[in-house]
Amino acid sequence: MDGQTTIWRVETKTRASTAFAIVAALVICAGLAAPMYLPRATLQDLFFILTMLALAQSWNLLAGYAGLVSVGQQAFVGLGAYVMFAGVVLLKLDPLVAILLGGIASALLAIPAGIFAFRLQGAYFAIGTWVIAEIVRLLVAQWKMLGGGTGTSLPASTTRHMQGVDLVHRMFGFRPAQAVDVVCYWLALLLAVAAIFMVYRLLRSRHGLALASVRDNQDAARAVGVDARRLKALVYLASALVTGLVGALIYVQKARISPDAAFSVTDWTAYVIFIVVIGGIGTIEGPIVGVLVFFALQKLLADFGSIYLMVLGLIGIVVMLFAPQGLWGLFASRTGIQLLPVRRLLRGGPIKN
Amino acid sequence: MPILELDHVVKSFGSLKVTDDVTFSVEPGEALGIIGPNGAGKSTLFNLITGNVRVDAGRVSFEGADVTRMQPMKRCHAGVGRTLQIPQPFEKLTVFENLVVAASMGSQKAESEVTDRCAEILVDTGLIERANALAGGLGLLQRKRLELARALATDPKLLLLDEIAGGLTEAECKSLIETIRAIHASGITIVWIEHVLHALNAVVQRLLVLNFGKVVDIGTPEDMMASNAVREIYLGIEV
Ligand SMILES: Nc1ncnc2c1ncn2[C@@H]1O[C@H](COP(=O)(O)OP(=O)(O)OP(=O)(O)O)[C@@H](O)[C@H]1O
Ligand SMILES: [Mg+2]
Repeated sequence: MDGQTTIWRVETKTRASTAFAIVAALVICAGLAAPMYLPRATLQDLFFILTMLALAQSWNLLAGYAGLVSVGQQAFVGLGAYVMFAGVVLLKLDPLVAILLGGIASALLAIPAGIFAFRLQGAYFAIGTWVIAEIVRLLVAQWKMLGGGTGTSLPASTTRHMQGVDLVHRMFGFRPAQAVDVVCYWLALLLAVAAIFMVYRLLRSRHGLALASVRDNQDAARAVGVDARRLKALVYLASALVTGLVGALIYVQKARISPDAAFSVTDWTAYVIFIVVIGGIGTIEGPIVGVLVFFALQKLLADFGSIYLMVLGLIGIVVMLFAPQGLWGLFASRTGIQLLPVRRLLRGGPIKN
Repeated sequence: MPILELDHVVKSFGSLKVTDDVTFSVEPGEALGIIGPNGAGKSTLFNLITGNVRVDAGRVSFEGADVTRMQPMKRCHAGVGRTLQIPQPFEKLTVFENLVVAASMGSQKAESEVTDRCAEILVDTGLIERANALAGGLGLLQRKRLELARALATDPKLLLLDEIAGGLTEAECKSLIETIRAIHASGITIVWIEHVLHALNAVVQRLLVLNFGKVVDIGTPEDMMASNAVREIYLGIEV
């Protein structure tokens, strides 16, 4: 050694990431102001994109980072939605409060669900989560006060009295039904941005690094002091909370619920997996790309009925075969660009690259 | 008080008794070598000490506390560090990140507090130039160094080394001996499994000879090399 003390530092920013942070801030501002300049139909499309994005981020955290491949996320969407309905219809709560209640209920469901599913490994874990979702669906279908198997509707008056709707109505002069859409859209924007921010913060923390080490080699991770079980449990809980909140919000906007729709494995898990896999699993950027591709396909193929699902499946297979890292993964490995970098680079001393 | 104590430890895999009534202890600051033929149960002994494998009977104590049923993670926090015979790096993390995980989770410190220590270990183990390379892309020698570096990053009181000198050139072996001497001199207790005897004998004060899961003998390297029983079993020499 040369006897001099080297100053070491850790770098995580890239030039692309700094530029992206600015663009992201602008996009969020533009998104906040969107109700002023976009027609209602477009706003509803954006609502769909943002809620699917939040679901995709939460599934990506689960499967792409913690290795917990769940196919039972519809349990949390459905329960969150139903508890929201119960809050509004039975307890006469403000829908906004009921959404929070729905999220909490889903997080609570994650505790027994996790205790059961965490005993299972790999494919059995996936099947276990699906079984849990089916059980919850069957139980909810017995809930006569909320319409049992056929479901029920939210009285229009309840959402119109939601926190903020009246304010939007008076400030911007939207009709009440439109004002409800605007408030829902803002909430969706909030949830999507919060989900991305939460995942990013986690990955930038030492717990994110620990999560990656568990994914790479669980035994070695434990041997260096990583609490693999606790990390996975926390991720499972956080993802259930986000999924439940999003589910509740989606059904405030839909205002009509039934067990089959709210616990649909196609809508809330298969599409979400498609989005993450197409975009790039295990990256934050991937679900963003994936949701845009998914939305475009849905618009293009909307008139083709069941062919639509086959085309989705085909595209999914093609991407998995030729770009297993997804579209974003392909792009990132070709260009080296990272918009939300989590890699820690040591700087100082004789380090190459 | 010994830092590590094994008391009548037994472990079988099926009908194969891999650890057969093993009793020995290691004093703080000591360096102990373990030798024995392939399949003697040396690595299994380490697995029992770290908790990766559960004992069938007997007791393992660390710093006077019974850790026989303690989880591997907790033993790491208590100060047991190890290298694996077949290196198991976190392949999709960089070399530096491999160390940061170990340093921050092993000692429950914030990431920013462990940067300097991790860099220092990388310098000491000769990995600093590869700090930002993905661990999955390293060759075998560097993987072995990474095992050592990552174990050091957990800030162990007791360091278990499993065959880290195998396959090295003479010069590499020399520098490894220097590295391990320095680690030992810094106050870390060492237990080292190795087939490269001259490397082992340059560092350790005592040798433990294991065969078919049993402790054949334990004593100074000179005595062990001179012992007929050891020569017969380990070196395969008829006497
Ligand atoms: N998890 C396991 N399950 C079944 N058998 C095992 C297991 N681990 C080790 N063994 C067996 O136990 C015996 C001792 O293995 P161990 O790895 O402890 O030997 P070793 O002394 O480290 O040998 P080497 O010098 O080749 O590394 C071997 O016969 C091995 O096949
Ligand atoms: Mg071995």
